[in-house]
Amino acid sequence: MSAPVTDEELVVHHKTVRVGPSRTRRTVVAIGLMVIGLFTALVLGTTGTQTDAKFGFDAGGAQVHVPTLSFAEAPFCFVVGALIVLAGIYHLVRGFTPVAMRWVGSGVGVLFLLAFLAWAGTGGKTVQFTSLLQQGLLLATPLVLGAMGGILCERSGVINVAIEGQMLAGAFAGALLGTVAGLFAGVIAAIVVGGLLGLLLAVFAIKFLVNQVILGVVLNVLALGLTGYLFDAIMANNSNGTNNPSFFDPAKIPLLGDIPVVGPVLFDQNYIVYAMYVIVIVIDVALIRTRWGLRTRAVGEHPQAADTVGINVLRLRYQNVVLGGCVAGLAGAFLTIGNVGSFSKNISSGQGFIALAAVIFGRWTPRGALGAALLFGFAGALQSVLSFVNPPLQINSNLLNMLPYVVTIFAVAGLVGRVRAPAADGEPYVKGSA
Amino acid sequence: MSEQKAGGEPAVSTPESGSSKVDQTPDGGAGRLREIFRSDHPAILTILAIFAAVVIGSILIIASDQATRTAAGYFTAAPMDTISAAWHAVSGAYVAIFEGSILNPSSLSSGNATTIFGPISETIVSATPLIFAGLSVTLAFRAGLFNIGAQGQILLAAIFAGYVGFSWHLPVVLHVIVAVLAGILGGALWAGLAGVLKAKTGAHEVITTIMLNYVALGLIQYLLGVHGFQAKPYNQAISPAVDHNAMYPHLLGSALRANVAFLVAIAATVAVAWLLNRSTFGFRLRTVGANQDAARTAGISISSVYIVVMLIVGALAGLAGSAQVLGTSPQVTSDIDAGVGFDAITVSLLGRGSPIGTFWAGMLFGALRAGSVQLLASTNTPSDLVQVLQALIVLFIAAPGLVRLIFRLRRSGGGQTAVVAKGWNG
Repeated sequence: MSAPVTDEELVVHHKTVRVGPSRTRRTVVAIGLMVIGLFTALVLGTTGTQTDAKFGFDAGGAQVHVPTLSFAEAPFCFVVGALIVLAGIYHLVRGFTPVAMRWVGSGVGVLFLLAFLAWAGTGGKTVQFTSLLQQGLLLATPLVLGAMGGILCERSGVINVAIEGQMLAGAFAGALLGTVAGLFAGVIAAIVVGGLLGLLLAVFAIKFLVNQVILGVVLNVLALGLTGYLFDAIMANNSNGTNNPSFFDPAKIPLLGDIPVVGPVLFDQNYIVYAMYVIVIVIDVALIRTRWGLRTRAVGEHPQAADTVGINVLRLRYQNVVLGGCVAGLAGAFLTIGNVGSFSKNISSGQGFIALAAVIFGRWTPRGALGAALLFGFAGALQSVLSFVNPPLQINSNLLNMLPYVVTIFAVAGLVGRVRAPAADGEPYVKGSA
Repeated sequence: MSEQKAGGEPAVSTPESGSSKVDQTPDGGAGRLREIFRSDHPAILTILAIFAAVVIGSILIIASDQATRTAAGYFTAAPMDTISAAWHAVSGAYVAIFEGSILNPSSLSSGNATTIFGPISETIVSATPLIFAGLSVTLAFRAGLFNIGAQGQILLAAIFAGYVGFSWHLPVVLHVIVAVLAGILGGALWAGLAGVLKAKTGAHEVITTIMLNYVALGLIQYLLGVHGFQAKPYNQAISPAVDHNAMYPHLLGSALRANVAFLVAIAATVAVAWLLNRSTFGFRLRTVGANQDAARTAGISISSVYIVVMLIVGALAGLAGSAQVLGTSPQVTSDIDAGVGFDAITVSLLGRGSPIGTFWAGMLFGALRAGSVQLLASTNTPSDLVQVLQALIVLFIAAPGLVRLIFRLRRSGGGQTAVVAKGWNG
């Protein structure tokens, strides 16, 4: 018997050498920033109608009334545009470090968004800022949960392209059991079914060494086919008895829910959203601070080394992949019993892929993925809010639809660049083979 | 077709599983035959994978069949009722798929060539875009790239080919050629974008191609609301019909939908096979796919290989898009890709990374697609069964170890899939 291994002995010291982005990329990014800045100042700043932009902050349920904010749009856009141009010039001359660039990128995004909203709000109608955030969070919830499922999987070295399928299966099970046995049974069923698909992923990836991207794609097709088949066979001609689960109403948290703006957005949501907060925090903390987290990262980065010090690589991978499936299943439950109240074929409609993009966009970290998923959610909400205001120039909703995807492409290409996945992500571990 | 022969087998059991485990001395023809059947030759694995998928599909059919469930309520009183109802449901479903995709025996007596060859024509029509798009995914796989973006490339191709098809008016042969070339250009543009991003910035192609799918979808939906691309009277999201001159000519008479695009698909299969196995570029491509570091050491420019591969990949998907809009549904709609983009991935996987294999996989899935129409029309079994079957087949194909385990095959060391396991980083 060897002495038990403590976590301290597992620590590998890395010396990280940060290489700045190449000259060309820096120039391209800098020019991009300046173009955005000039656009903000010159186009948004001048084409707005001469009325003031109005931002409303009231949303249903809040007890404290926040007065509508009203300000002149043109100067605001000039200032914002100038700031962005300055950031671009600084990047061209001195260059932000990659870490700083991420903050600058997010800041520029937020500023540009505000300027855009101000511009859109000059049409005379009030931009409902609070409900924009509220709706954005609602749209982001399944993406965040799906992304967390993906992170659990991938940090331990198994690629999860099957988030979409797990969500879809969870959505179906949630709707079916939610109707037959009540909403909470629906949630449990969604988690179990998601976990089962996770188990399938784990068995094929870990035991049968199937290429994991392929496997994920196939499992998605399987889930799509199965839920479609069962929908036609069970739900289509008896929708009242099998596909009518209703959905969770928002449950306002006392006190917290009364905080202006923040309250209605964060603390007047349904149980699944609250579960999402807990899951994100738990994963974020556990991944860095707990024994499980350290082992997960070790297995994802260097399974041989982890095995050498006595970690059961395969068992940990099984656990994490199934757990990830469960979380993705919960994401699916949100699609039916969290928000809509019924299942329809292909209800996830690619949101699992967006969640996957959020995982990669967020560099496999819970915080990063959370940010990316929120970005997608708010971009979706933006579109519906814009349909209520009367912007000076009508923007086609289909083109607006494309925005988050275009932004992702730019972000992946320009800001994130060569992302580094967990080193062993996607590589099956066969004991004694390496 | 093996989905026929195994149709009624509800339980997971095989002729082989009962016999003795190891035949020590195979002698004579029968022994050798048995030896082949017990090996894990790719062909055997494929057949067994299809068989296993059909068996699971049967279970699904039985479980969802109302008559069987009713009969199962009094199973102890009259067990044969349940079994016959189950048999009826299962055989009905698989027979319908067969009749919709290969041949409807009842049409033989009519002697009408159109009805006899109708199912085959439908199979060809469904298979053609699958073959093109499958080849596209296969080629990308061999270079170590995942093309999840065939959908977007098909949509772009449909926009280009459709626009040339309905707004230009050219002479007979010229028009279809120009329209197809426009489709190729559209697909190549879209995939090339992902290729350039991958080569120049390292943006992962799985992400960019997925995102480009959505962008293409938004673009086509936008265009279908723009006068000039949208057909009059502008109340439907649909484009004007493509000129007759721009349509692929019919292959089996004007009553059947099979068209020349299928011949182009055969030619494309041969061309991709040549490109992969015989050309210098194919060698570079495979080297990059197999081992980037080795390729770099050998002086191959990985980024230029990526870009060129993605251009060809997009061109192939573009052919799929043109086959849709210039062959079968001559008006551009936002669902013109008909799920081909994603099915192409499964087709390519079934084809095990070889162009010829992809061709036959495309034919099989085309047959299943054509059969699903008949399945919907003549039975109570939902047509999504076909999608489940496709996924199961590929799942079993991708895991030869599982098929070996179920059917107790010997391991012969060969029979590996051409697509090696790889992570995000490689």
